[in-house]
Amino acid sequence: MSAAFAEPGPVLKVRTPITISYRYSAGPNSSSHLAGLLEGRLIGNRCPSCSLVYFPPRNGTCPKCARALAEEVEVGPRGTITTFCVVNVPFLGQKIPIPYVAANIKLDDADMSVSHLVLGCDAAEVRIGMRVEPVWKDRAEWGPTLENIDHFRPTGEPDLDIEAGDR
Amino acid sequence: MRDVAIIATSQSVMEVDTNKTSVELMVPVIDAAVVASGLDRRDIGFWCHGSCDYMVGQPFSFVSAVDAIGAFPPIVESHVEMDGAWALYEAWIKIQLGDCDSAVVFANGKSSSGDINRIMSLQLDPYVVGPLWPDERSIAAMQARVLLERGIITESEMAAIAARSRRDGTNNSNALVTGHHTIAELLAMPRISDPLRAHDCPPVADNSVAMVIAGGDLARSLCERPAWIRGIEHRIDMQNIGARDLTGAPSARLAAHAAGAHNDKLDVAELHAPFTHQELILHREMRIDPSATSVNPSGGPLCGNPMMAAGLLRIAEAANRVMGGTADRVLGHASSGPLLQQNLVCVMEGD
Repeated sequence: MSAAFAEPGPVLKVRTPITISYRYSAGPNSSSHLAGLLEGRLIGNRCPSCSLVYFPPRNGTCPKCARALAEEVEVGPRGTITTFCVVNVPFLGQKIPIPYVAANIKLDDADMSVSHLVLGCDAAEVRIGMRVEPVWKDRAEWGPTLENIDHFRPTGEPDLDIEAGDR
Repeated sequence: MRDVAIIATSQSVMEVDTNKTSVELMVPVIDAAVVASGLDRRDIGFWCHGSCDYMVGQPFSFVSAVDAIGAFPPIVESHVEMDGAWALYEAWIKIQLGDCDSAVVFANGKSSSGDINRIMSLQLDPYVVGPLWPDERSIAAMQARVLLERGIITESEMAAIAARSRRDGTNNSNALVTGHHTIAELLAMPRISDPLRAHDCPPVADNSVAMVIAGGDLARSLCERPAWIRGIEHRIDMQNIGARDLTGAPSARLAAHAAGAHNDKLDVAELHAPFTHQELILHREMRIDPSATSVNPSGGPLCGNPMMAAGLLRIAEAANRVMGGTADRVLGHASSGPLLQQNLVCVMEGD
């Protein structure tokens, strides 16, 4: 027995390590979304009740209608910035030089935005309504993830007035 | 006290390794219960959900479970990190307080995402029991051994519980593990966690359960024969399993008494005893005579134990007997925590 046990003092800490592994099932709808990303396709799903197209189809369910999402819909690849922030805070392990832009992007034919990086222009040029397109990573790096897209960059198209209903 | 009744229930067929997410598992079951109740989804006064994040290993998974409700326009919703039976208790109180007239209670029992036997270790006292990480089956085996060695129960009695459960499960199309076995056949099986054999232990199962409850006049207007909740009580034994007499479950005794289980004859008792020897404990503590009361006619948790839903499922099964007109007075029981530590009893009657 170690010296630590021979001379008892106040017990300040116990360690009770345990590891549990889980099998995660993405579900049928999210699976087709994730499988699409492996092929460089952006697949969302439409709610049969309210017709909104979810990308990503999280939980395979429309949270407004509590209906299983159905029809697969190819969205994007171009999209429109719905809002954004300019990141100016330096932190340990930062990979992208500041300032850079994190934006919500509504892909064409989707009804909600996804968050992603916007690079390829000065942060000060980024604006709501700006049209952007994905810049994919090298195909060898692809997995079932939206990280296959390295970032979005401006297309140079005219801005869309999202608030006014432009799609 | 307001009259409150279960007016509709729904459950999914038990499966293992479902490819559905928890939300996908719940959506059709909640929908079926609401449709069966005759209420419009938007008229439901309260939604209450029972589940445990440890089961699927996703922090705040209960928040995404709200996706299964269709929470638009906004709803009144709550969650218990407990078996769905405790969500029923919360919803029942909500109606008693006059906050609402109807509620949907649902539970997500997706048990096969992780090693449930090991996950259950996480609920043990982290300082003096936790470091050894005894798994659920091992501590149940310790309990069974005390019962056997003190001569309180026999292995044949344990096997008889399993044989009856699996036989009755053959009539339940939602059950997972069913079949016809003799006691001798079961006793010839190997022990997997001495003295427990596989049939003494709860089969891991995925499913979800939902029910609609409603107060007095609303329940009467919607349901031909509501299952009136005449008593619903829960009690808790101490958490330290080393300091408990493992041959008993005083909290089950107290809950049954407080819920009025003994005020009249019980036609059906659906007991959530995950292990065979635990059902024998409950018979004694809850004063249930299996020759006078049909115990677990659904097959019970030994035909499939969707953790966090299995207790609510017992109450749903008991309520179904009343609503279906085959029983007048029934009891549904749920347990939670290690070795029957927490017990909830719901006594229901038909008109």
